[in-house]
Amino acid sequence: MGNEAMARGLVEAGVTLAASYPGTPASEILQAVPGLAREAGIALHAEWSVNEKVAYETALANSMSGRRSAVSMKQVGLNVASDPFMRSAYLGVKGGLVVIAADDPGPHSSQTEQDSRFFAMFAKIPVLDPSSPREAKAMVGQALRLSEKYEIPVMLRPTTRVCHARQNVPLFEPQRLERTAHFEKNPGRWCATPQYLRELHRLLNQKIAEIALEEEFYPVLTPGDDSFPGVCLIASGVALAHTWDLLEEMDLLRRVDLYQVNLPYPLHRHFISHIKLHYQRVLVLEETYPVMEMQLAGDQVQGRNTKTVPGEGELTPQVLRQVLERFLNLPPAASAAPPAGEATRPTLCAGCAHRAAFYAIRETFPEGIFPSDIGCYTLGLNLGAVDTCHCMGAGISQAAGFYRAFAAAGEKVPTIVATIGDSTFFHAGVPALINAVFHQARFILVILDNATTAMTGHQPTPEKGLTAGGQQAHPVFMTDLVRACGVRFLKEADPYDIPGFVSLLQEADRYCRGADGGVAVIIAKHLCILDREARKAQPAWEICVTEDCTGCRHCLDDFECPALHLDEATYQVVIDRARCSGCGVCVHVCPVGAIEARVTK
Amino acid sequence: MKQQIIVSGLGGQGALTLTRLLAEAAAALDLEVLTSETHGMAQRGGTVISMIKVGPFRGPLIPPGRADVGLFLALKNLAVHRLYLKHDAAVFVNSPVPGDFQNIDAQGLARQMGAAVAANLILLGFAAAREGLFCGVELMEDLIREKLPPRFRETNLQAFRLGVAAAG
Ligand code: SF4
Ligand code: SF4
Repeated sequence: MGNEAMARGLVEAGVTLAASYPGTPASEILQAVPGLAREAGIALHAEWSVNEKVAYETALANSMSGRRSAVSMKQVGLNVASDPFMRSAYLGVKGGLVVIAADDPGPHSSQTEQDSRFFAMFAKIPVLDPSSPREAKAMVGQALRLSEKYEIPVMLRPTTRVCHARQNVPLFEPQRLERTAHFEKNPGRWCATPQYLRELHRLLNQKIAEIALEEEFYPVLTPGDDSFPGVCLIASGVALAHTWDLLEEMDLLRRVDLYQVNLPYPLHRHFISHIKLHYQRVLVLEETYPVMEMQLAGDQVQGRNTKTVPGEGELTPQVLRQVLERFLNLPPAASAAPPAGEATRPTLCAGCAHRAAFYAIRETFPEGIFPSDIGCYTLGLNLGAVDTCHCMGAGISQAAGFYRAFAAAGEKVPTIVATIGDSTFFHAGVPALINAVFHQARFILVILDNATTAMTGHQPTPEKGLTAGGQQAHPVFMTDLVRACGVRFLKEADPYDIPGFVSLLQEADRYCRGADGGVAVIIAKHLCILDREARKAQPAWEICVTEDCTGCRHCLDDFECPALHLDEATYQVVIDRARCSGCGVCVHVCPVGAIEARVTK
Repeated sequence: MKQQIIVSGLGGQGALTLTRLLAEAAAALDLEVLTSETHGMAQRGGTVISMIKVGPFRGPLIPPGRADVGLFLALKNLAVHRLYLKHDAAVFVNSPVPGDFQNIDAQGLARQMGAAVAANLILLGFAAAREGLFCGVELMEDLIREKLPPRFRETNLQAFRLGVAAAG
């Protein structure tokens, strides 16, 4: 997989510290690092930091000590890390620092389809754009060398299609750099106060100007014959790979000039003048924002800005084919039939404790407002128990904001229940909670604690007491943390017990509305059902639906366990034994008691 | 040698395992291979598709109308992903009911076996035995033995062979 290829690249390039926070499509990079390092006999500290900003700063200090370092994240993670990212361009690095920011054009699994290359350009940090796992792996080493040569962080920007593509890649002997940690004090640089920054900015500009002349990064030309005089295609990343395959399919490969750009920012200075001098019509293909197109800007240049390429969305082969046909004035090929059916939407797993918690919340407060967060539990949307989903940690601050809006307007304040996952709480929930408590907001916060970062592949949280490499560490307890935020109402409960959970929610609501009320926190504790050990440890019930089922659909529409189906013939509910986890929660859901449970183990 | 394959299913049905096995098979045969997969939210029971491109390709995606082979773990996905298939593609579907494709009731067979999750390997065995794939049955068996978790080795092999036998 592309992510594993980059992980191997980090090990081969002599990186000694890699930090990350999980997020699709970047998660498998750090996931693969400890194992690959161990296999190669390399000492390397790999960590799942609590968030991307922390990951960035940790890697930065390792680099300031002269050692090669890496930080990886998804593109919106870079928003979180933007503060240290921007400044590190000015102050620079010592040991090579590669910043892997994985973009998600489409988007498939993200809140935006922002282009990290644009962010790199904003920060004045060079960025490499691989078109395949093989290139991604090779570029790790290139990035680190460039980073050390100019003492500047270098971004490697793969996209989902590179991260999650698999390809056979060549392996090389890992480099053993044997550098000791050495930190040279230099307050003018590492603590740069405003008086130094102008000079540092000038140096940064100079570095970028020099990098724009690096021969190594002059775009690679696959020349055409003379079929299309004065015309060229310029592509980077996976758009280049798709374009290549399409041209081959259309019998146009090596008939039109095609440039592959590996370093889209800064674009090679001589390349820009060459293009302007030699071509009358230029098409730029890139994901997702017009980064190269803006640097090339000129009347002959077409791309996203000129609407020759759609302004948004992934450049799939379908999209690119139409763009190429139009640009090269070719007759359109018969377009494929559109899909005749609808895709099945994802849902929480059968037996997922989040479903139980969401169900209880929605049933207890049908009129409530439910701000939520990012993670598997965003799927609570289907259950009507998630009204907002913005960015990591936002659910808590938004709950406080909603409370203020209603309280200040003198309206009756509806019950506000924010939900957040455990990993997200550690990531960005803590400051939001402190703020909400201190400013006397009144709402219920349910922390969905399944002791893992489930959505992205079950990375451990600080409470688990396990590091990325699988070593034991002292856990940081959620309850301690919540109390330390000043919370005075704190209860833990297993949401599988729906009646118990409902009465707890009601108690929490009374507290919020009481004379001395505030933020009430309930930690909904139940291990993720995909955890095999946890699943074995919990009792499994044999569930059956009796003749009493009236076919009211309550359990299907409002609870949505994927193991429950309506038998069209009898109009009664049946259990899909293959999918049922035996959690027994649905027993509490049926209003007429038609779902019964017997213990089997 | 060029072959483009799609594997279509619902999250949790094991489309990724098939994708990995096919990629390993190509590597074992010294063929170039590129695959793409669905990750993240859709893995929780939503529609997923993987693409496997064997041969000298550079991009991981298959354009519409270009797949030589389709492996469908869910019949209802046929409507969603049929557009990727060539009109003469070899199509293998996990379905008890026949249609304009080669069908096998992989789910039913898997349930009889007591391993509902192994339906994916039954479908794979079926397709490999019908000679729909660039690689043969023996190679696949070896890879299942070597590359999948040893804990489920016997179940996986049994499922795969069940598919092979059903191919007639
Ligand atoms: S099982 Fe109960 S809730 Fe579900 S449809 Fe039947 S009567 Fe309604
Ligand atoms: S016991 Fe009920 S709620 Fe739990 S998985 Fe089975 S059908 Fe779903």
